[in-house]
Amino acid sequence: MRLRDAVVSVRASGDFTALQEAIPYAQFMGITAELVDGDVIGRMRYSDHLVGNATVPALHGGTLGALMETTAIFKLLWRGETTTVPKTINITVEYLRSACPQDVLARAEFTRCGRRVANVRVFAWQDDPNHPVAVASAHFLLVPE
Amino acid sequence: MRRLEGHYVGAVPHNRALNLRVVDYSPEHLSLALPYREDLVGNPETGVLHGGCITSLIDGTCGGAVILSLAAPRRVATLDLRIDYVRPALPHQEVVCDAHCYKVTRHVAFVRATAHHGDKMRPIATASGTFVVSRDARRRTEEEGLT
Repeated sequence: MRLRDAVVSVRASGDFTALQEAIPYAQFMGITAELVDGDVIGRMRYSDHLVGNATVPALHGGTLGALMETTAIFKLLWRGETTTVPKTINITVEYLRSACPQDVLARAEFTRCGRRVANVRVFAWQDDPNHPVAVASAHFLLVPE
Repeated sequence: MRRLEGHYVGAVPHNRALNLRVVDYSPEHLSLALPYREDLVGNPETGVLHGGCITSLIDGTCGGAVILSLAAPRRVATLDLRIDYVRPALPHQEVVCDAHCYKVTRHVAFVRATAHHGDKMRPIATASGTFVVSRDARRRTEEEGLT
């Protein structure tokens, strides 16, 4: 399915499977999303190849950044803020604690969504949303509909 | 170079999954390359790699530069990492990250990095990161995998 068709399908059904299938990297990383109480919750399914430190063990910091960036992009596409995949202008990731070898969830908040630029905060957690493993702040360049 | 590859790539499952390769190193500097792969594409309409795998490349390279700059093995963890995408990445080209650890204090290391397609003067992304350096290696000297 083409990306644009996948976006249309996700908006109609609230099922993010088509979007994950249209983005090769999301499949490689096991990143998907679902609607929970009307909000987009990203999920990165645990897989051994996501580990950064095998001794601790802890997930690779880059994978947490990837989940948070992808969750923000999924939410921007779902909300119809942009027709094509928004370009990441910048992203800052703060690592709060090491992430265990298990699924990671993420939720994006739009601080401001203008015509061209979206300011987004993303929170990533494992067991407890109030106990995040990482937070990110990012800017995206939008292509308005 | 091969020994270093074992250390920074072989010992780190996600770096291995991305097929990262050591390009160059010196004390305080490390360059790793991320080969282009179709399954790492973020936008199928342009064929450009997803920012997420570039984040992993930059994080891994910066952490490696910190370890290279330490006198003794220490556990290193990313505290924060900022990445600015200054130019669109091109499809079908590998991405190289050059990281320089320019300051190490007792507890914290500071790193700058650029990612490019081979020409350092035309970066795709610039980054700066800070890393926590644990004070003693305890019994963890072998674990210097990058998180």
